[in-house]
Amino acid sequence: MADYIEYDTTNGKPHPYHLVRPSAWPLISSFAAGLLAVGAVLFMHKVEIRDVPVGLKGVILGALSVMACMFFWWKDIIHEGVVEKAHSPIAKIGLRYGMMLFIASEVMFFVAFFWAFFSASLFPVGGIWPPEGIHIIPAFDLPLLMTMILLLSGCTVTWAHHALLDNKIAEASKALIITVGLGVVFLGFQVYEYVHAPFAFKDGIFASTFFMATGFHGFHVFVGTVFLFVCWLRTVKGHFNAENHFGFEAAAWYWHFVDVVWLFLFVAVYWWGAGDAPAAIH
Amino acid sequence: MSTTDVTAASHSHDHDHHGEHDHNGHGHDDHGDHKPGFFTRWFCSTNHKDIGTLYIIFSIFAGIVGGFFSMYMRAELQDPGVQYMLNSDGTPNGQMWNVFITAHGLIMVFFVVMPGLIGGFGNWFVPLMIGAPDMAFPRLNNISFWLIIPAFLLLVASAMVGSGAGTGWTVYPPLSSIIGHPDMSVDMAIFALHLAGASSILGAANFITTIFNMRAPGMTLHKMPLFVWGMLVTAFLLVLAVPVLGGAITMLLTDRNFGTAFFNPEGGGDPVLFQHLFWFFGHPEVYIMILPAFGIVSHIISTFSRKPIFGYLGMAYAMVAIGFVGFVVWAHHMYTVGMSASVLGYFTAATLIIAVPTGIKIFSWIATMWGGSITFTTPMLWAIGFIVLFTIGGVTGVVLANAGMDVNLHDTYYVVAHFHYVLSLGAVFALFAGFYYWIGKMSGRQYPEFWGKVHFWLTFIGVNLVFFPQHFLGLAGMPRRIIDYPAPLLPKDMNWTERTLYMTNESWVSFKAWVTGTPYQSAIDWGFHGWNFISSMGAYLSGASVILFIFIVFYTLFFGRRVGANYWDVAPNTMTLEWTVSSPPPFHQFTIQPTVK
Repeated sequence: MADYIEYDTTNGKPHPYHLVRPSAWPLISSFAAGLLAVGAVLFMHKVEIRDVPVGLKGVILGALSVMACMFFWWKDIIHEGVVEKAHSPIAKIGLRYGMMLFIASEVMFFVAFFWAFFSASLFPVGGIWPPEGIHIIPAFDLPLLMTMILLLSGCTVTWAHHALLDNKIAEASKALIITVGLGVVFLGFQVYEYVHAPFAFKDGIFASTFFMATGFHGFHVFVGTVFLFVCWLRTVKGHFNAENHFGFEAAAWYWHFVDVVWLFLFVAVYWWGAGDAPAAIH
Repeated sequence: MSTTDVTAASHSHDHDHHGEHDHNGHGHDDHGDHKPGFFTRWFCSTNHKDIGTLYIIFSIFAGIVGGFFSMYMRAELQDPGVQYMLNSDGTPNGQMWNVFITAHGLIMVFFVVMPGLIGGFGNWFVPLMIGAPDMAFPRLNNISFWLIIPAFLLLVASAMVGSGAGTGWTVYPPLSSIIGHPDMSVDMAIFALHLAGASSILGAANFITTIFNMRAPGMTLHKMPLFVWGMLVTAFLLVLAVPVLGGAITMLLTDRNFGTAFFNPEGGGDPVLFQHLFWFFGHPEVYIMILPAFGIVSHIISTFSRKPIFGYLGMAYAMVAIGFVGFVVWAHHMYTVGMSASVLGYFTAATLIIAVPTGIKIFSWIATMWGGSITFTTPMLWAIGFIVLFTIGGVTGVVLANAGMDVNLHDTYYVVAHFHYVLSLGAVFALFAGFYYWIGKMSGRQYPEFWGKVHFWLTFIGVNLVFFPQHFLGLAGMPRRIIDYPAPLLPKDMNWTERTLYMTNESWVSFKAWVTGTPYQSAIDWGFHGWNFISSMGAYLSGASVILFIFIVFYTLFFGRRVGANYWDVAPNTMTLEWTVSSPPPFHQFTIQPTVK
């Protein structure tokens, strides 16, 4: 290949990586995901077998199986990290790469929804954006408060990180549970906003882009909140110290990603995207 | 100096330095060749070579399924009129045709080429070439494989449920919307893509982490084998492109089932948006399929010319450049949707630029062979075949890149010929090249050289017969994705046998006239029939060569000659690390890290 590379295959050191044992979870997870997909198809087409709607059952069973797989798979990873101390320094670098790449792919997932939003709003089919007859949710109302909540939660998660770096476990767990609380409050406000939205899910392209973009964001807030909650449990159980807390860092990265997506949503969808449309009357 | 010091790495008695294996009492024999039991080994695997083997087996199986669809389509197009794809009342079943092209395309892209090149050879040889004992995330590796299975089952089912998913692999609305396909078939295809996409993203993250984090000490990026470079760029394209497809098909799903209006003009949406999103994924996707192929071909050309690759860094960065530019050319797939002249101009220019790094690669392969000591083994034949045919596909790509030109050729068989030259005759040739190059390494047994060559020549002649005439059909205006074409005027009413003999004779006489340079005017107006007929004959020949390939695989695995570590006698100046371990390699190789000087 590259000109005249010489390899020495005899005098090296033992490899420093973490080779994991065989595991059944990947196999089971895959078929659980397949079950979830089949269930969703049957659910969307209201398929009944002997007058019993099977779709929803499939979705619930599939989702529960997927979640069970996640639980047991990640339980194995935590066991390897905390009990077996198998996460060598280089393996930890690998975990960081993995998390960064996962977040990069998540960013590209949101690109699709922002693309749809800008396509619809910059080149509106009816000539104006928001479309005729749409009442918007004023940005500097509840959404501004939600922005503040997320930004504050970004501060508290950093507080938790610094506390961990100083080995102040009690303080870290306090900061973390506050972060989780802020996440829950955010989600509560989002539910309130959805329930009181002046447009419904099926009200055309404005509602489509709004609900899909903010909805997938909300789902990611939920996932991030659960992730941080698990980190809180692990902090309380003493899994983390100043040197070893990558699980926490991954959750914090994820939380910041969710935060940044929200800032784009706030500026683009809520504020700029509101245009001159009349606000909803509460 | 130990480039030829084979198998040394596998014989370390490395004692369990980080704790695995001791759960079942084998902690003191981490010799590298202890294999778990059958179920654990093949269903719960965390071994990159076993998972790579599963991928290759799956890829061959899916290739036969996808190939069946193409055989059936070529049989249907062999003669004008609709012979096979009929409704029960004998009327032509155009939807069946649509379902076949859809299943064929999606299977070949997502379940043959990607699992074969990336999952199969990537898994096997990225860790081996960089001197790593395994992938970075072995469990993730396994879920990447197993997610393919429910995805494949959903996709095959989508062809059989209701009307079948007859949208083409591009799944454009409104054909894929609820008005075009009201039953559950398209939803199943969408979920198949979701699962396959998740598999690809996880696999890509795994490859990037492995390549960045687990290279042998001393192996800088600029000393990394080109196959690894190809896989690295491919993995980045996957991580950045596939989620956009995920978003697009998710919006399609909610449009279909939950009343959103992303692609529905009645609600203010825009079907062209889907095309943009799809091709923002779809164009990188074609490089995802070809970059690993570039890597494999580089190794084979270098090995059998006994010369280091010409312009190694140029080759590596050409792939990086192709990857970059691949993200900004997507709209050349949709020149006819009504974009402004400046947009057409931009996408034409950007697309033509891709010919530059691609040309660097083609000329560097030729320069590598130039003055080399070449042996024409089977993998070398496939690699050279790849270069020739991929270049033809590349040249027709330059033609199609021009927006003005493409308006005439859009959705004709010229496009079909173009992308089959770069994929069926490009990526798939690289699959076969890699198979013949590495089967000895993977199985420990060598394929029969004579039959390998027969397989190559049968395939080479067959696929060129299939696809070269399709250029002419496209230029003559035959549209793609149509079940039928107008019939030529035959001298008299003929049955199938008479017609086949007549057409064969006409082909032969015309060919003879062309070779001898004598003008020949056929007694009939061929219309689209002549080239379609030849194309179908080529397909049967290619199909026969696949059957031969299956025999070769079984012969190799059961009766093949056993081979040593460096059975190609790879020269020191073209050495890569996979030739320093035994064939097949130990269960865990490189427990002692190799180093690069």
